[in-house]
Amino acid sequence: MAHAVNLPKFDKYESKTRRDFLTYATITTGAAGTVLALWPFIHSMNPAADVLALSSSEVDLTPVFPGQAITVTWRGKPVFIRHRTPEETQAARDVDISGLPDPQKDEDRVQNPEWLILVGVCTHLGCVPLGQKQTDPHGDYNGWFCPCHGSHYDVSGRIRKGPAPFNLIVPPYTFTSKNTIKIG
Amino acid sequence: MSASVHSHRVVRWINDRLPIFTMVHHSAVEYPTPKNLNYWWNFGSLAGFILAVMILTGIFLAMNYTAHTSYAFESVERIMRDVNYGWLLRYLHMNGASMFFLIVYIHIFRGLYYGSYKSPREVLWWIGVLIFLTMMATAFMGYVLPWGQMSFWGATVITNLFSAVPWVGQDVVTWLWGGFSVDNPTLNRFFALHYLLPFMILFFVVVHVWALHTVKSNNPLGIDVRGSQDTIPFHPYYTIKDLYGIGLFLILYLFFVFFAPNFFGEPDNYIPANPMVTPPHIVPEWYFLPFYAILRAVPDKLFGVVLMFSAIFILFILPWLDRSIVRSAHFRPIYKQLFWIFLLDCLVLGWIGAKPPEGAYLMIGRVATIYYFVHFLILTPLVGIFEKPRSLPESICTPVVKAAKL
Amino acid sequence: MRRLFVFFLVAALWLAVPAIASSENLRLEIQSWSWQGMFGRYDKAQLRRGFQVYSEVCANCHGLRLVAYRNLEDLGFTEEEIKRIAAEKEVQDGPNEQGEMFTRFARPSDRFVSPYVNDQAARVANHGALPPDLSLMAKARAGGPDYLYSLLTGYEDPPSGVILTPGMNYNKVFPGHQIAMPQPLFEDMVTYDDSTSAALPQLAQDVTAFLNWTAEPELEGRHALGLKTLAFLVLLTGLLYALKRQIWSGVQHG
Repeated sequence: MAHAVNLPKFDKYESKTRRDFLTYATITTGAAGTVLALWPFIHSMNPAADVLALSSSEVDLTPVFPGQAITVTWRGKPVFIRHRTPEETQAARDVDISGLPDPQKDEDRVQNPEWLILVGVCTHLGCVPLGQKQTDPHGDYNGWFCPCHGSHYDVSGRIRKGPAPFNLIVPPYTFTSKNTIKIG
Repeated sequence: MSASVHSHRVVRWINDRLPIFTMVHHSAVEYPTPKNLNYWWNFGSLAGFILAVMILTGIFLAMNYTAHTSYAFESVERIMRDVNYGWLLRYLHMNGASMFFLIVYIHIFRGLYYGSYKSPREVLWWIGVLIFLTMMATAFMGYVLPWGQMSFWGATVITNLFSAVPWVGQDVVTWLWGGFSVDNPTLNRFFALHYLLPFMILFFVVVHVWALHTVKSNNPLGIDVRGSQDTIPFHPYYTIKDLYGIGLFLILYLFFVFFAPNFFGEPDNYIPANPMVTPPHIVPEWYFLPFYAILRAVPDKLFGVVLMFSAIFILFILPWLDRSIVRSAHFRPIYKQLFWIFLLDCLVLGWIGAKPPEGAYLMIGRVATIYYFVHFLILTPLVGIFEKPRSLPESICTPVVKAAKL
Repeated sequence: MRRLFVFFLVAALWLAVPAIASSENLRLEIQSWSWQGMFGRYDKAQLRRGFQVYSEVCANCHGLRLVAYRNLEDLGFTEEEIKRIAAEKEVQDGPNEQGEMFTRFARPSDRFVSPYVNDQAARVANHGALPPDLSLMAKARAGGPDYLYSLLTGYEDPPSGVILTPGMNYNKVFPGHQIAMPQPLFEDMVTYDDSTSAALPQLAQDVTAFLNWTAEPELEGRHALGLKTLAFLVLLTGLLYALKRQIWSGVQHG
């Protein structure tokens, strides 16, 4: 914009500042609005209300005998429920945890030593480890073995060997009665 | 000029290999635009804006939509009830369709009033008509997706139009349906096409802008630009004006979205599709009503369909029907009157399209249909020959003071 | 030019209105509802009363298949209350480990259990007439809540000369005036917990409010977000207008 030569300096200064201020205020407001407007789009991809509402499953443990394991579904993922024998529990507790990749005591991973509850998803890249069936490979530590990239988990679900960085996750669960648990 | 803009090294490096910055600078910054454009020229960029909104909301809706007759209605209701902000995305999309047509209709009538279809802008106009046709197909198929009663019966009635084709009509309709009635295969292909066509619209829009920037913008005086004194750079003058227009438009659009989201809708579409029961009043969405009125004005099935499509295709030959070399209706006293009568005629057709086709409505519909074609085929050519236009100003600059009230 | 813009706008609206308004020329009892207008909100106590009317009366024949029990949280029910309400119904689930389907009590995550297992069963139980699902009823009829209220309060003796088909009832706002549903609501057929008097207009208003909520559960959030958004847009557009004025101030244009 051409400035008239005969304008007093004060006015000229003020009008330029005012215009700059207006430009920046408008750009800031518009940019803020645009960013806020993106949120509904992003948030629409988060779990919807009906998905969140299905976040708990009840399981009857009565038919699972010691030494057996079952797989149930929770939030679309497999959950391993293993009825451990006293020997297995003992083996899990005898381990010196100081040398493990993700040190954790077996006592901190179970509520009732007989029942081991785990999210059956390898912490490496999300495959389902083998070891639920008697005929499956159980890995070098009598637990689970992930065939994708060779992670070995022990009878407490702890990572012992292979690329996985963490132990198998213990989902939130509660015993609603002696033989029923509610996962989630 | 462009050398100074690309002062940054990285920008220059890229630009030397792909002159994308030069292109943007050319067409969105320095593009010389007539300085006398009025607010009616805002609707082109507005149409582009709403197209972007429709594509964006549409993509996110598609993430939650299920194109199956057993789930479509419920998946839309799940979007409305359970998906985070799903109701917002859906209402933005639903009302956005109405807004898109509102904007494009104003854009078309702007072109009719100011003679924007005349030489050298014929191809620009053609592409615009193609966009309009593609929009109609897209909107029609989109309306089928929620699988409500109006979706289903709208799809049935409109696809049945093609049964009017001699000899092969029924085969064509069966082919469109992928079966012997509107059913799951129909819904599936409509979803696929509804996702595809907006990107074709986007492609046509790019070509539309390309053509525009080749022949340059028309202006309210309809006279050619004589030199740089008649133009100003697009940025910042028209960028800010377009943004201001978008602000005003958003207030109107979002008022409907938040406070009257079903204003343009039909209650019957909240009833799940039922192939056994036709609703008592089948009405298309408001933007199809004038064409629906033309269809129903004719007692013969084939002729009605032909006439309805002719009503759109006639726009392609409009540049040769109008013989006048003067573009703007501002300098064409008789054409100006005819323009307003034609607009009124279209509104009457729209009103008739929503009424049952009987008695006086049918008669009014027929008169309005005849006038629609008389306007294009008889009045427009005749006026072009016999009208005596007012004297044109010498340049856009000169009448600025006198014509300030344009 | 502004005049023309207004003209276009009015014209467009005028085109849309007949589609809505003309489809019924039956006289509705227009009510003033708490959720109308830009500041409109639901009256939670009214929604709970309406839910009571629905549960005790309408639910015998009409489902709400799009609404989940968990949604009752919107009405101010606690999690425990919702569990109790859901557990009054049974749903089929399964198959279990034996490969058999079984029934269990409904949970908050379940949708409202419909009174009939399918539409055919509903027809058989109702002399061939299908009681429609009510989830979207307030949006699926011209006139919306006013139509529902008018229908519920619109039962009367047929005018002389009108002969009803057997099994049909006379209603002054139902299209064709002959409706299969007998008058559903009568004074004091429900005892409200909050000791609101249960006159017929009160019952009809309350259940209509509840059904408007089932059709538009997002309404309160929509209105709240809408007010904020429009306030923001008015500010932004004002700034854009001021900037536009300023940028154009030196240009002589048409």
